[in-house]
Amino acid sequence: MKLLVCVSKTPDTTSKISFTPDGSKFNDVGITFIMNPYDEWYALVRALELTEKSGGTVTLVNVGGPDNDQTIRKGLAIGASDAVRIDAEPKSALFIAKQIAEHARGQYYDIIFCGKESIDFNGSEVGAMVAEFLDLPFASYASKLDVSGSTATLEREIEGGVEIVEVAGPFVVSAAKGMAEQRIPNMMGIMKAKSKPFAVVPPVAFPDYAVPVKYTLPKEKTGVKLVPADDMDELVRLLHEEAKVI
Amino acid sequence: MILVFAEAVNGQFKKTAFEAVTYGNKTAQLLGNQCVVLTLGKVNNAGQLGEYGASKVYNVSDANLDSFDSQVYASVIAQAAEKLGAKVIVLAHTSTGKSLLGRLAARLNAGSVAGVKSLPDIAGGSFKVTKGVYSGKATAEYEISSDLKILSLSGNEIRPAKGGGEVAMEELHLTVPSPKTRVLQVKRQEGIVPLPEADVVVSAGRGMKGPEHWGIVEELAKVMGATTACSRPVADADWRPHHEHVGQTGLAIRPNLYVAIGISGAIQHLAGVNQSKVIVVINKDPEAPFFKAADYGVVGDLFEVVPKLTAAMKKFKAG
Ligand SMILES: Cc1cc2nc3c(=O)[nH]c(=O)nc-3n(C[C@H](O)[C@H](O)[C@H](O)COP(=O)(O)OP(=O)(O)OC[C@H]3O[C@@H](n4cnc5c(N)ncnc54)[C@H](O)[C@@H]3O)c2cc1C
Repeated sequence: MKLLVCVSKTPDTTSKISFTPDGSKFNDVGITFIMNPYDEWYALVRALELTEKSGGTVTLVNVGGPDNDQTIRKGLAIGASDAVRIDAEPKSALFIAKQIAEHARGQYYDIIFCGKESIDFNGSEVGAMVAEFLDLPFASYASKLDVSGSTATLEREIEGGVEIVEVAGPFVVSAAKGMAEQRIPNMMGIMKAKSKPFAVVPPVAFPDYAVPVKYTLPKEKTGVKLVPADDMDELVRLLHEEAKVI
Repeated sequence: MILVFAEAVNGQFKKTAFEAVTYGNKTAQLLGNQCVVLTLGKVNNAGQLGEYGASKVYNVSDANLDSFDSQVYASVIAQAAEKLGAKVIVLAHTSTGKSLLGRLAARLNAGSVAGVKSLPDIAGGSFKVTKGVYSGKATAEYEISSDLKILSLSGNEIRPAKGGGEVAMEELHLTVPSPKTRVLQVKRQEGIVPLPEADVVVSAGRGMKGPEHWGIVEELAKVMGATTACSRPVADADWRPHHEHVGQTGLAIRPNLYVAIGISGAIQHLAGVNQSKVIVVINKDPEAPFFKAADYGVVGDLFEVVPKLTAAMKKFKAG
């Protein structure tokens, strides 16, 4: 099996988010970056499990600058076979998807994995875009993926339940919690990662149609109103008369 | 023309579809345009979408549209958009809408924004919308520069607004490709409002001590007409099903009312719920971080407070 896993770099989940004073840019001072958890814990690990079982390779692809190299190396340390970084500072999802699709075209990957969303822009768009550029089926929010021969069976999360789908032939999948369990790279993996093939390639020209221009933080809550524990009638009254939510 | 794709589940339109049509109608008014709705497959009572502002409702019926395949749906919606001359396409930010948004953007070479939470700002000829970023920790304003714009509307952002009257449904004849995926089974819990659509959510955490105590949470949820949710460790320990897990790595929700019981309020939990309109926190620890994000707080033992709240709610509902 020849598998591709799309990985991105995101701020750590505990990060306190802030922006430059004019609100135009993310302030990365003091921020620890990690591999997007959905890419790492679910997409990459499931891809590795599949190749461990039936043989094959797992290639990582990332669209980003040299500041992404550490994240990509971690993916190699966890077990990916090789990596490609498309050297660009991405601003929009469609640009990223175009780069990945151009890399994948002609490589004939059996499955292209991505995480269900990145925890910074939360768009969930890249997988669907790559699938469309390559005219492949797309299974989103998969919490289970099994492959038997050339047929894959997936469990997709939908509102209030799950859907079980079958796909024949190559496809794109976005991975949600449940597809695999996080793996911590060991010393041997980290050593091996240093000598694995890691290509840096230029991007293809493509416009940005939708870009963030201004960021704002939510208004701080004005302060909690405490209600005595033995007076729940008062809480109900406040929710009804003041907050008007019941 | 604004084209709204109104998604039906088992032929029925849900709140998210009414929200999308309302949004499409308001956007159409801003742009001095019409709001046209497209429905796919077997749908019941599509004429009611006129009440939310659709000036016309089109349907494409074909056996290949009766279950969802993003490739087939995107192809048909793209054909409709081209045929009808859409300037903006509006989808709901549901699992279906999210799977279609990127496909349509790639297919139609257009700018897209996922999970929009405001009407477009068209001052000075630009087109800007806002969306939540950093898992709900911030808001970003996006500018879309392509002629065609594609948006998915976040749930619970726009109240479905009735105004118009029923409209007739017209059949649209387009090419429907064969799906490459096959839906084998759909397992949905019946009779429960799915979390992303719920107005009221009652959520509980590790403070519950064990799954055997969840009766008091379920009872409160029942009286409030709420959907239940939980924190991540609770789902990880299999005290509750995984689909109830909210937060950074679970579902991000924005109900009108979120009641948090025995949840500490870790940053990753807050990321998924802090866009709720009103938050009530019940926790025995007055220092619990959740109180900083709450509108109303009760410091006390949940095993005493929750049954009291249920009783007070019952009294209120009884009038
Ligand atoms: C990468 C990453 C992603 C994560 N994603 C998520 C996520 O998506 N969602 C999520 O929820 N968490 C997530 N977490 C975990 C998060 O950091 C917290 O550990 C978790 O939210 C804590 O769950 P809790 O509040 O139920 O439990 P605890 O933190 O143990 O809190 C229990 C609370 O109950 C209170 N309590 C105890 N007994 C009583 C009583 N009798 N009456 C009243 N109150 C009582 C305590 O005072 C305490 O505040 C993530 C963590 C990481 C590292």
